[in-house]
Amino acid sequence: MRSLVHIVTALAVIGLAFWAYRENYRTQEALARADALQSDIATARQRLRMLGAEWAYLNRPERLLDLVELNFDRLGLMPLQPHQFGRIDQVTYPVAAQNLTITNPVDVMNDGEHP
Amino acid sequence: MIRTPLRPLARILDARRKGENPDAIERENIRLRIEEQRDRTRRRAEGRLLVLAGLFLAGFTVIGGQMAVLAQSEPAEPRSEASSARILAQRADITDRKGRVLATNFDTFSLYAQPPQMIDPEGAAIKLAAIFPDLDAERLRRDFTGTRKFLWLRRTLSPEQKQAVHDIGEPGLLFGPREMRLYPNGRLAAHVLGGAGFGNEGVSAAEVVGVAGIEKALDARLRDPARAHEPLRLSLDLSVQAALEKVLAGGMSIMNARGAAGILMEARTGEIVAIASLPDFDPNTRPAPPVEGRPDDSPLFNRAVQGVYELGSTAKTFTIAQALDRGQVTPDTIINTQSPMTWGKFRIRDYRNYGRELSVAQVLVKSSNVGTARIAIETGAEQQRAFLGALGLLDPVPLEITEAGGSQPLLPSNWSELSTMTISYGHGLAISPLHLAAAYATVVGGGRKVTPTLLHDPARAPGPRVISEATSATMRALLRQVVADGTASLAEVPGYAVGGKTGTADKPAPGGGYHKDKVIATFAGMFPADDPKYVIVVTLDEPVETSGDEPRRTAGWTAVPVAAEIIRRTAPLLGLRPAIEQAGAAAIRRVSN
Repeated sequence: MRSLVHIVTALAVIGLAFWAYRENYRTQEALARADALQSDIATARQRLRMLGAEWAYLNRPERLLDLVELNFDRLGLMPLQPHQFGRIDQVTYPVAAQNLTITNPVDVMNDGEHP
Repeated sequence: MIRTPLRPLARILDARRKGENPDAIERENIRLRIEEQRDRTRRRAEGRLLVLAGLFLAGFTVIGGQMAVLAQSEPAEPRSEASSARILAQRADITDRKGRVLATNFDTFSLYAQPPQMIDPEGAAIKLAAIFPDLDAERLRRDFTGTRKFLWLRRTLSPEQKQAVHDIGEPGLLFGPREMRLYPNGRLAAHVLGGAGFGNEGVSAAEVVGVAGIEKALDARLRDPARAHEPLRLSLDLSVQAALEKVLAGGMSIMNARGAAGILMEARTGEIVAIASLPDFDPNTRPAPPVEGRPDDSPLFNRAVQGVYELGSTAKTFTIAQALDRGQVTPDTIINTQSPMTWGKFRIRDYRNYGRELSVAQVLVKSSNVGTARIAIETGAEQQRAFLGALGLLDPVPLEITEAGGSQPLLPSNWSELSTMTISYGHGLAISPLHLAAAYATVVGGGRKVTPTLLHDPARAPGPRVISEATSATMRALLRQVVADGTASLAEVPGYAVGGKTGTADKPAPGGGYHKDKVIATFAGMFPADDPKYVIVVTLDEPVETSGDEPRRTAGWTAVPVAAEIIRRTAPLLGLRPAIEQAGAAAIRRVSN
């Protein structure tokens, strides 16, 4: 009986040691992966910054203005003017297909109100 | 194991036969058995000692080996987690209020040389000079072949230049990574941004420090590693700023002005939407500070903030606002405006004689110096000083750029009654255009003190009350009247109900006194007048408008049209809808058949 306990304990120690060993290496691998991902993120961010700077450079108002002037015959863009503001009722509605023939507006308005 | 008996029968019988004592055999066997047992025990003990020695040896070997490894290897912190995101940019970006980039960082390389490692110093010097025209081949050759161990060649390189240097193939020419500040919009908002340069430089990295403008004033915030990833958001609007600068530059050349400044500010919050000073510069290649000539001729000079001038009649607004707020006058109170007005040895004149008397409203609309001076005298010097102090006109303006420290107003050393009168119409007190904009915002924007700022913050607390809401409303109506039928009639922009005041001040001559034909023309205004959203200040330095028979220098002919054009261009960009007069009842029609 005592030897059985000894054997089981020894096996348990071996098993736990093996488990700890594997966990240690898995942790280290995960850390290395996280590091690699962080450095990927850093590279991506750096690239993003570069692209952001380039985007800002290409969209600088000075350049856009020059482009608008160069392509005036195609685009016809002018500075925004106060008179370009409008009210919503100045916009014409798209004409919907009408299936109600209105002959007398007064009749239509009173339709459905028969006593 | 086979146990040998102690008294083996054969030997006993044999001994008995020979007459020996058989006990001797037993003792002999006991002795043998004890000896055998002793030998076995010793062997086992020796074996155990050996195993123990082996274990100790193994233990000491492991410990010794570990110590050797620890002594030899690089120390590393034990860690339980992966490092979080690294600090990427050492300086935060600057964006406008809509998130468009005004300043960002760019990765580049610096070039340095280590002459001891060079193979062909003469050739390298010639080839380098061919790539960089500003380097001198002869000087490089001396540096490379001399005793120097290290020298910097370039702080930043373009990718093409780097490749060209790389193609030389000289092992003594080395690159160090650098982060440089980039202003993608070039000259836009140059005076606000200021510029950045390198601080401490090393081979593998260099500090980027702000040298002027907001880059220097908020250097600590921009370099704070904890906030480097979040951009600094300014209140500027990129497109409005671009429009303001373009119109201002056009106006400056049409009016033959030496310089110009323009400010567009939110009336309620003090957030600056656009601020420009011309001539300007490119913060990417910031020019060196001037060492000779007048400082305000340098493009580095920020007229909008550092340009402390007497701004003329625009100050009348404050005199009248104070008198109205104290209940001293109403807009209809009649003021004696007999010109010239004599005060001791001093005479105050109007631009032209406006007759014997005018109402307070007319004093402002026609811009009568005499009328304003009489109102101010009644108000008193102490009260005037306190009021101007409450408007913030006696201290440097607290804007978030380093140049704001240079905006200390010039005050009279002795605030006499004469000073009170001249200050009431804008002479004797020199302030910057930004002071003027903030004070106008305070007066027309509801009467609470407005502090100019460049930072966008939607939850800004209003300042202390300076004048009442009712006085503010009266001032709005009066300023609207100045544009509608006064000196600033050219500022009329249909749909936007501009209100404001002109100011034309003679420039002080360097030797004392004033120039006869050099003026500072200013327009300070707001729009829309019934509920001002924005305050605008335009200042032209030495403008001359020459389209007429004789040159015209007054603000009404120079600064005002420029301001009107700025409003026309920027108001739609700011999303302000023009107030269109109601089209009448045209939409409703009676139909019958």
